Amino acid sequence: MKVAVCDYGAGNVRSVLAAFARLDADVSVADTPAAVAAADLAVLPGVGSAASAMGVLRERGLDEALRARVAGGGPTLGICLGLQLALEQSDEDGGVQGLGLLPGRAVRLHEGRVPRIGWATVDPGGEAYYFAHSYVAETPAASATSEGIVAEARVASFVGVQFHPEKSGAAGARFLKRCLSPV
Amino acid sequence: MPLPRLIPCLDVAGGRVVKGVRFENLRDVGDPVELGAAYSDAGADELVFLDVKATLDARPALLELVGRVAERLAIPFTVGGGVRSTADGASLLRAGADKVSVNTAALARPTLISELANLLGSQAVVVAIDAAEGKAMSHAGTEPTGRSAVDWAREAEERGAGEILLTSMNADGTRAGYDLELTAAVAAAVSVPVIASGGAGSARHVAEALAVAQAALLASILHERPGRLASLRQELHGLGVPLRDAA
Repeated sequence: MKVAVCDYGAGNVRSVLAAFARLDADVSVADTPAAVAAADLAVLPGVGSAASAMGVLRERGLDEALRARVAGGGPTLGICLGLQLALEQSDEDGGVQGLGLLPGRAVRLHEGRVPRIGWATVDPGGEAYYFAHSYVAETPAASATSEGIVAEARVASFVGVQFHPEKSGAAGARFLKRCLSPV
Repeated sequence: MPLPRLIPCLDVAGGRVVKGVRFENLRDVGDPVELGAAYSDAGADELVFLDVKATLDARPALLELVGRVAERLAIPFTVGGGVRSTADGASLLRAGADKVSVNTAALARPTLISELANLLGSQAVVVAIDAAEGKAMSHAGTEPTGRSAVDWAREAEERGAGEILLTSMNADGTRAGYDLELTAAVAAAVSVPVIASGGAGSARHVAEALAVAQAALLASILHERPGRLASLRQELHGLGVPLRDAA
């Protein structure tokens, strides 16, 4: 199983690579449209700011490559900012147009301490995963929640998660393993 | 609110875990990756690595260590000690750290906090405050700044800090309990998560800290023994603290 982790010059690409390597996946960094197209699973990881991330994705042609990939039914996983970038719009950085893989928008968190940092239970499933975010998805495509916020959203072959499976210990490894063996 | 977090803190120097008194007479007590993995297996929610040498010539060893930790560990980890610039912070994150912690350099030049937050995101920026008699201290707790720890925490948040790591120098090493009054005052002053540090001697102390802060840093209470973390988690469960199921 070939996994391509999109590199847009920010963040925790290395942690995501290491997490898939621990599952014995054939994982590599993708910074070209061809590499995104060729993978069995493409991963859009995420930390950093929405505006700079979208800028680099466009510059490298990865935005179109991801849209084409999902349109063609290619399994694709967005993590944290990767989920927020998949939406139509983000309120971060004064407003950023997203990839439009998912309906909805990313809005600033207002309840509790922000950034929302720590392990929280996700339902359905009841497992705890690690979150670290200040924005959250508002989308009709939500498929799992955590404390009332969107923890996972899915449309067709795209799955986005707000938590960091690569940083979520054994529970995170189980989640990534499921991504490697879609039914 | 996410679940309360237990965060073991390891002092590192030259790529190894060390132990010493006031950063003197450092003694090698193990490999950071092995010890970190053992803590992770014992239920650590995160790890903090503190570079106690924090010198420029110790940087390559630190970056190499961060890389090895990132390969092996599937929990978040923070690296602190000697972060003076956005370049320092970015290189630690590139090497695999999830967050960087700043202390003295931020006191000397508070705009460092916003520079780091703009580049790395607030979630990756921890501002560590060493407090004595309620006042922030710099240079590993050796030099008074005259600033109130509460005011400095508030300013750090305004400048983009994503978390405050508050160590009470008065409580540190006493094993008589966290400085709950100061921790509560800082937690009330900011809306970012607060990590309490210094003074843990028992599970009850940790439970008390987690009632006012979002996480507890664990150092001397663990004695570099991951087994102690596992038993501490059990005791905390018994005290009704809702920790995650780490299995």
